[in-house]
Amino acid sequence: MHPWVGAGPEDRRHILAELGLKSIDELFASIPAGVCVDSLNLPPARDENWIRRTLGEMASTNVAMDSMACFLGAGVYRHVQPSIVDAVLSRAEFFTSYTPYQPEISQGTLQVIFEFQTLISRLTGLDSANASLYDGATSLVEAVLFSHRVLRGKRDLVVVAETIHPMYRRVLDTYIEAAGIEVAVVAPGADGRLNPDEIRETAGDRACCVAVQSPNFLGIVEDLPQLAAAAHDGGALAVEVVTEAVSLGLLAGGGSFDFDVVCGEAQSFGIAPGFGGPHLGFFACDSKHLRQMPGRLAGETVDENGERAFCLTLSTREQHIRRAKATSNICTNQGLMALTATVWLEAMGGSGLRELATSCFMRGEELKRRITAVGDPWRIAYPQSPTFNEFLLVGPGSGTDLVKRLASEGVLAGVPTTGWGGSWPDGLLVAVTESNPATDLEALTSALEKLA
Amino acid sequence: MMSIPDELKYGRSHEWVKADGDAVVVGITHYAQDQLGEVVYVELPEVGNAFAVGDELGTLESVKAVSEFLAPVAGEVTEVNTRLEDEPNLVNDDPYGDGWLVKLRGSAESEELLDAAGYKEFLEQESA
Repeated sequence: MHPWVGAGPEDRRHILAELGLKSIDELFASIPAGVCVDSLNLPPARDENWIRRTLGEMASTNVAMDSMACFLGAGVYRHVQPSIVDAVLSRAEFFTSYTPYQPEISQGTLQVIFEFQTLISRLTGLDSANASLYDGATSLVEAVLFSHRVLRGKRDLVVVAETIHPMYRRVLDTYIEAAGIEVAVVAPGADGRLNPDEIRETAGDRACCVAVQSPNFLGIVEDLPQLAAAAHDGGALAVEVVTEAVSLGLLAGGGSFDFDVVCGEAQSFGIAPGFGGPHLGFFACDSKHLRQMPGRLAGETVDENGERAFCLTLSTREQHIRRAKATSNICTNQGLMALTATVWLEAMGGSGLRELATSCFMRGEELKRRITAVGDPWRIAYPQSPTFNEFLLVGPGSGTDLVKRLASEGVLAGVPTTGWGGSWPDGLLVAVTESNPATDLEALTSALEKLA
Repeated sequence: MMSIPDELKYGRSHEWVKADGDAVVVGITHYAQDQLGEVVYVELPEVGNAFAVGDELGTLESVKAVSEFLAPVAGEVTEVNTRLEDEPNLVNDDPYGDGWLVKLRGSAESEELLDAAGYKEFLEQESA
């Protein structure tokens, strides 16, 4: 039996005989009959050409993000894709190698990871960053478990802002239920921002961490210094989650405001929006807690000739060495996406990222002004609160209803908050990036006028 | 040859114990540090915490592995060796002296503990 060729009838007979079984059904007897199907109602097999043509026709009825004025965000953002990014990451040395970490053969990969960590460290304002995690949601989970470890497992409460992306909170709930950690959710005030006093009161002296998102799920920038102080007053760590990483080009990361962990999603750094990802989690903390950090870490060293070289370091925290007592069950990193983000950030440069972020912010402000000018029945849910490039728009109907009506006017106007729960109005999260030319803003404003 | 001072008592997880007033000093044996290799980080318990025999007191990280060290006697932590924060290598260089780990309020007179001869025999059995 060749490893690349599927098992034929003869192979199957051989395998069953070896197992002492009479039939395939016997092999799968442990699967309950109720969930098995006898036959699938499929059309007869078709040739490859037919399938390509037919599926192509079906796919062409989808609406691509770039085919309309698009304001989708809510955790996944559309930003410029310089062609250098794909050119570098498609190199076989990077693309076909599955996360190689042996320093003898992987200096290129390890250097990229080291550069990624350096970039994340600078953007977050914290001095240690890891080699990346799977996505923003699991980075939040890791931050909570990290805080629990740093406080030696003695504090079983975590205070979580309701304005952290609802999907992230669901992932967190899934993980920490088993860890026996209790979650207290704090809703935002009437301005869509957290009230530090409420955080302080909820955390008391029982919380291992206070986790907040900024800009939050509603696009609003939180008062990070006040929130860090509120967390620290009761001895909890302060955790900032960032879902729109480009905001870090304009807004200082939580490390500058005494946050202990800044983590989140770096999809904005060169990774095209796609169903199911891939995404890219990042995690940075104060180096005094370095040994509790989850995931891989590349370090700089010298080789036997005294030349600068890179290798994984502090691996004794990790699962392949520490087994059940490892700091995390992540024993890898999101290598190719970390490379993407690194090339993208290095292509942008510090000033480029700032210009890009400024452009997102300015366009967002411009769109808010235009929508305010359209007026009734459209309104911005939290008009007085500072935003980066996203805001909640409320109109005549539910969010899902508005999306459909605006799509029929040729505009993908945003992500509906309908069905997410939350103490905010049912509406549309509208995100603006540098990829929205002035004509997009006009298209949305005229569609809103038309539906008013 | 592994050093096993006569005046100390020993736990079966390779800690040594020495009476010190109403407390005991705890460290790891010469054999244990040799097995671990170069120690690069020591995680110590908090003063005031109480431990039962066999509880995990802290961890020792070497270039090869991370290992727990256990409480050879029951007691409350009265002091930890803070020098190890910056000089973890003391555990290797002077395991029975400056490389001590913690002081526990407790007694070295425990039936669980071995004397030097008993520990030597225990090591020989383990390596047999």
